[in-house]
Amino acid sequence: MNAMAAAVRPVALRQRVHWADRVGNFGLLGVLLLLGVGLVAPLLLILSKAVDAPEGAAVSGASAVSGWSAFAAYLASPALLTSLWHSVWVSLLVTAIVLPLAFGFAYALTRSCMPAKPLMRTLMLLPLLAPSLLSAISLIYWFGNQGVAKDFWLALGFTGIYGASGIVLAECFAVFPHVLMILVTALSLADARLYEAADALGTGTVRKFFTITLPGARYGLISAGLVCFTLVITDFGIPKVVGGNFNVLATDVFKLVIGQHDFRRGAVVALLLLLPAVITFGIDWLVQRRQTATLTARAVALVPRPSRGFDAAMTLYCLTIVGLVLAMFGMAVFASFAKLWPYNLTPSLDHYVSGLVDGELADALVNSLKLAASTAVVGTAVVFVGAWLLEKTRGFDALRPVVRLAAMLPMAVPGLVLGLGYIFFFNAPSNPLNGLYQTLPLMVLCTVVHFYTTGHLTMVTALKALDAEFEAVSASLKVPLYKTLWRVTLPICLPVLLDVSRYFFINAMTTISAVVFLYSPDTKLASVAILNLDEAGDTGPAAAMAVLIAGTSAGVTLLYLAAGRLLDRRTQAWRAPAR
Amino acid sequence: MDDSYLALRAIHKRFGAFTALGSIDLSIRKGEFVCFLGPSGCGKTTLLRIVAGLETQTSGSIVQAGRDISAAPPAERDYGIMFQSYALFPNLTVAQNVGYGLVNRRHARGQIAARVEELLTLVGLPGSGGKYPAQMSGGQQQRIALARALATSPGLLLLDEPLSALDATVRVHLRNEIRALQRSLGVTTIMVTHDQEEALSVADRIVVMNHGVIEQVGTPLQVYREPASPFVADFVGKVNRLHAVAEGDHWFRCGEKRLRCLPGMGADFRPGSAVALYLRPEDRVVGAVATDDPLHCAGTVRNIEFLGGNCLTEIDVDGLPGQPLQLQYSLNQMDEFGVRQGARVSFALRADRLRVFPAEAAA
Repeated sequence: MNAMAAAVRPVALRQRVHWADRVGNFGLLGVLLLLGVGLVAPLLLILSKAVDAPEGAAVSGASAVSGWSAFAAYLASPALLTSLWHSVWVSLLVTAIVLPLAFGFAYALTRSCMPAKPLMRTLMLLPLLAPSLLSAISLIYWFGNQGVAKDFWLALGFTGIYGASGIVLAECFAVFPHVLMILVTALSLADARLYEAADALGTGTVRKFFTITLPGARYGLISAGLVCFTLVITDFGIPKVVGGNFNVLATDVFKLVIGQHDFRRGAVVALLLLLPAVITFGIDWLVQRRQTATLTARAVALVPRPSRGFDAAMTLYCLTIVGLVLAMFGMAVFASFAKLWPYNLTPSLDHYVSGLVDGELADALVNSLKLAASTAVVGTAVVFVGAWLLEKTRGFDALRPVVRLAAMLPMAVPGLVLGLGYIFFFNAPSNPLNGLYQTLPLMVLCTVVHFYTTGHLTMVTALKALDAEFEAVSASLKVPLYKTLWRVTLPICLPVLLDVSRYFFINAMTTISAVVFLYSPDTKLASVAILNLDEAGDTGPAAAMAVLIAGTSAGVTLLYLAAGRLLDRRTQAWRAPAR
Repeated sequence: MDDSYLALRAIHKRFGAFTALGSIDLSIRKGEFVCFLGPSGCGKTTLLRIVAGLETQTSGSIVQAGRDISAAPPAERDYGIMFQSYALFPNLTVAQNVGYGLVNRRHARGQIAARVEELLTLVGLPGSGGKYPAQMSGGQQQRIALARALATSPGLLLLDEPLSALDATVRVHLRNEIRALQRSLGVTTIMVTHDQEEALSVADRIVVMNHGVIEQVGTPLQVYREPASPFVADFVGKVNRLHAVAEGDHWFRCGEKRLRCLPGMGADFRPGSAVALYLRPEDRVVGAVATDDPLHCAGTVRNIEFLGGNCLTEIDVDGLPGQPLQLQYSLNQMDEFGVRQGARVSFALRADRLRVFPAEAAA
């Protein structure tokens, strides 16, 4: 009887679906639809455009073949190969420079008793508040044709700042904070017991470093290296400003699409850009999966012990780096206030007034604020609802892995590629969403999707930290799902929600790569305006605009911090138990 | 018509190719306190979650109070549940936690407050409604979770390892309280536990599970005295296992000893078949035993494990080479009979308590 039942495998019993679960399932479909429209469809269109038959080729059966051969022919063209080679070696070089430097800084922050660690850390993260090309603009003021230290640069043997050397230097500054954050996280996850065991066995400092510290941080190092490489190879703001005649893939896409309207070739290059990002994404995913097992809940946090010589050396090292970053950041600020570079350096608001206000670029800043505020609200709401539906509702088990993957995918898609996909998808006359093209709502969608993954992962982590049985208890008490969401889950997650919202705001404020393809004269953004000003030779106003963005971001960050304090006091009293 | 309040019929649960539960049949009477007992991974928690509707059985039916709830979602079943983690809402006060299920039923505010205070008094925490869960100890949190589960007066109370996160002394204290509360309220209760001592002390009936099947259902005394399988004998309490050979008519040869167990304590075995005899450490008679009694044994104390009021001794018994016996002596008996390491002791086995199983089943 049993054997027979097993052989027949009767259809498994299914529970009746409660109406609240059904609503949740529809919500999940909605999230999938949003990611489908905002991410998957545009990407698929790039793919199909890349292998499209070139103009004038034979129709019908032959088109696919000639499309592929055109694709292959273009891939093999010397111009593209040169750009590819440039992109790869520049990215590798930047990674090789930044990784050890940032590791040293992270090591000082986590393993030394250096004074003023929070301040050092904050200063290092400052560049994140401005568009990445701020460092390129500063570089021009330092080492450009009229730069204050041009002779020093030439004395080093470089022919000028425009070209590979400029790109590498500017990228180093731009990606340093990103790499630093990952490495700090990796190095702060240390188990003091391992070091105590090593001490008990009489292990030397160097051996401890190579047998405990480095292996413990290796996943972080891999991850940081991959992020660094991907950020550099997909960034186009810096090569655009200081690249000169040095072509890389990212600027090629821009030139092909915006300059020559050659969408097909643009799509081919975009696919090439997608490649390293996808590989990175895959490796990172594998690494993350293995990492979960390395640190147990019973680990004891490592507290660094003071050591005069080591601490002094680390302080000196960090001060040097901080000094360089401040010099970089400060130069743009200084130059934006200089009356007439380099002849008259008296402070004035000329670049702000005549360069920006008279240039009718104040609207751009307003547009940027609108975009950032909308993204902060919409993005946070979508990410929270999506993560909550994924983690806390039942049913639709087959769909869940798909939504999970779709939420991870944006991380692997460079902004340039995403923006190009949006042109193909939303500018198509046959698309009913065509009316959205070049409007603010579309830019909001694009930005939300572009930065979806980080917000999603933060939210999922926060939700996973909640007891998995809250929903089960609620069901047993006959309390509907949404009520527990409102009374318990949402209040507990508020601080995280605020963090995610700030992340969206800052990124929407500083992003260039995706939206550069999507604006119209009416919806031009501040970050894009920097690019245009620089192209027109108005480096002063460009710097002023970058400083304005950074200032706005900094102000908003402070507002968020204040709001967070207030929120903590009003709603998070339960966190600090007074026994 | 049977008198069962909750009836599980042929419950199967498969996860892919893995069978988590194979054909569970169980019937629970109203007001009964039942423990699901077994090692981790035996399926006891899965079974509880199926009763709660948090998992769905692959096949089989569940009837509660005459209503078929086999396919009902959790919200449409009648039970209160308490988890190992308690799952108290950290951002709500104790009173809000306890009253969580009441608010939704549109009771008047004063009525809810009164009921909450009544429940808090019931679990021994009157007046602590204004605190947050993080301000309470583990034992207090557990009581609050219990009060919350009981607030809506459910017909069935489900407890998923409710005590395993607590200190040993608190655990003993609380399990007695849960038992007393359950008696006074008369609520049908299922508790999942891996702690046999806990199950023996609180349950009306114990369901011993292993590898997704029920090994035995019985009162604590039945489970302890008359284990239905070698697994139950091993898992519940301490036991000696002796290799023996059946000689027919309930006689067994073990080393140079011949023992006869009661006819009811195990099937008769074909002469010559290998069996395992199970004997609890306390199933022996010490003191004046006639040396010509066939059950009389003499031996040398090899090792003593001190357990407080009792000691567990390991004895090399003459005539049972290679099969040392573990016997239990009270501390007073240790003095009385001069039980020390290396000392000679004599005793008689209580053959009436022997359980016999085929040797291969016991392996």
